Amino acid sequence: MGLQGAAAIVGCAQYKPEKMSTAPKAFHFDQVADLGRLALADAGMEASQIDGLVVTSAYFNEARHLVPAMIGEYLGLKLNFGEVVDLGGASGVAMAWRAAAAIELGLCEAVLCVIQARLPPIDVAVEQASVASKKKYGAHSANFGAPEAEFDLPYGHVAQNTGYAMIAQRYAAKYGYDPRAMAKIAVDQRTNACATPDAIFHGKPLTIEDVLESRMVAEPLHMLEIVMPAAGGAAFIVARKDIGRSNANRPAVIRGFGEYIQCKSPTYADEMLDTPIGPASKRAFAMSGFKPADMDMAQIYDCYTITVLLSLEDAGFCPKGEGMRFVRDNDLTFRGNFPMNTHGGQLSFGQAAAAGGLSQLVEAVQQIQGRAGERQLKSHDLAYVSGTGGVMSEQTALILQGE
Amino acid sequence: MTDKPVPVPTERSKPFWDSLKAHRIDIQQCDDCGHWFYYPRLHCPRCMSASLSWKTVSGDGELLTYTITHIPTLPELADEMPQKLAVVRLDEGPHLNTTLVGMEEGEISIGMRVTPVFDDLVPGEVTLLRYTRA
Repeated sequence: MGLQGAAAIVGCAQYKPEKMSTAPKAFHFDQVADLGRLALADAGMEASQIDGLVVTSAYFNEARHLVPAMIGEYLGLKLNFGEVVDLGGASGVAMAWRAAAAIELGLCEAVLCVIQARLPPIDVAVEQASVASKKKYGAHSANFGAPEAEFDLPYGHVAQNTGYAMIAQRYAAKYGYDPRAMAKIAVDQRTNACATPDAIFHGKPLTIEDVLESRMVAEPLHMLEIVMPAAGGAAFIVARKDIGRSNANRPAVIRGFGEYIQCKSPTYADEMLDTPIGPASKRAFAMSGFKPADMDMAQIYDCYTITVLLSLEDAGFCPKGEGMRFVRDNDLTFRGNFPMNTHGGQLSFGQAAAAGGLSQLVEAVQQIQGRAGERQLKSHDLAYVSGTGGVMSEQTALILQGE
Repeated sequence: MTDKPVPVPTERSKPFWDSLKAHRIDIQQCDDCGHWFYYPRLHCPRCMSASLSWKTVSGDGELLTYTITHIPTLPELADEMPQKLAVVRLDEGPHLNTTLVGMEEGEISIGMRVTPVFDDLVPGEVTLLRYTRA
C-alpha cells in the first residue's frame, strides 16, 4: 500500500517572511503566478510541463469557489487534476502527498502546489474590517449554527492560544512540566534562525531566560513560545522524479505520508494528549520503510512549543512522557545531534499564515538538495516533515528521501 | 443586555439552552447505542442514529484541563480577567468548554471534582454553564 517513490519535489520558491504591514501587497492570483514562476525556475521546468494544481480556497482573496479553474485560467494551465486543500497549517504537507498520489496514479506529470500569504492590495477600511473580524474570532467559524460560535465563544474559548495552553496544562498534570526545556525548543530554533538569512528573527539570538521572562499569555505559554504571524507564501512542484529539467537539483522523493483528522477542538477529543500526528506519522514511516531514528532531520510544525513536544513524542522520536528529557538531552540545532527545524521553525523564521507549514517542507527540500548554506547538514538524505492545522485538529506527516 | 458574545440557540440546541435557563442540564443520549454526547446534534456522533432523547443530568464531573489567561481572549471579556478557561468531563462522558468561577488559582487542580454554576448572563434570556469545586 502507498507510494512507490516515483514522485519527488523538484523545485520550491518561498517569499521571505515579513511584517504584514510593510510587506508588498498583490492580488492572490498574482502571488500564485509569481510563486509558481519562481518554483518553475528553481526546478528548471517550463510552464507547459505542469498538468496539476493544488491550492487553498479558504484563504483566497479574490475567489472562494471554483478556485483551481480560475487559477488555471489565469496562469494559462490545462489541468488533469485540480485540488483544494483546507487543512490549515497542515495544508502544505497535505498538498505534497495529494500531488504525489496523482502522479503515481498516472494522472499527472507535474503538479504545482501554492499557498499565497501576502495581503491583497484592497481598500484600507475593508482590509481593517477584515483583519479586525479575523482577529476577533481567530479566523474560525463564528457563523450562526457553527458549534464554535454557540458553545466555545460565549465562554471565551477563542482561537488557538488557550486551546494549546490547555493541552499543555493537561500534559503537565499527567507527565510533569519543565518550563526551561520548553523554552529550549524556542532557543535552539532561534540559533538555527540566526544561520538563516531569510528568517524574520535572523540576527536576534535568544536565551532561555528571555523566553521565561516574556509575557505570560495563557498559562503555561509565554509570548516567545507562540508563533508570530507574518506575510509570505511559498510554492513547490511535485513531478515524476525523472521528468525533463534543465538543472540537476536533487529530487526529494516522497517516500511516505500520513494524515489524520481528529476533532476541530481538542475539547472533544477522547484524549487531547493523543494527537493526530501519532497515527499520521505511524502510517508515513510504515509506508516509507524507515524508522524515526533513520531520519537526518525533523522539520516539525511549530505553532507553539507544546506542538513540537507532543509531535516529538507521538511521531516516535522519543517515548510518550519523555519529551522534556529528550529536549534537555539533545542539541536540536543544525550543529547538533538531532537537527530540528533547521531554518528556525516558524517560531523564529516567521509564520506566513497557512504557508507557514510550507517553510518546513521547503527547508527539508533545500537541506536534501545541499542548498542550505551556513546551516547545511552533513547528513541530509532523509527528512521527516510534519504539518498541523487548528488546535492539533488535523495533522500530516511526510517522509522525504534525496534521490 | 451584554456586549459579550452570547449563544444564539438553533432548533437543534434550544432544549439545552432552555434547560440552563431553568437551572437544569439536559443533554442528549442515543436511543440505539446509549452514547451520551455534547454539543447538541440531530444525529448520534457514534452510530449516526437519528433516534435521540433529551435527559436531565446532574452536570457533575471532573476537571480535564484549564488555563489562566493573562491577556483577554476577547476585548468584551476583559472584566473576567484572569479568565479561568476549562474543559470538564461530565460523569456521563461528554466533554464541554466552560469557565471556572468562585475559585482561587491555587485551588484548581486537574482531575478535581467540579459542579455546575448557572450564570444568568441576561436573566430570562441567556444562562451559561460555569463550574466550581464540588
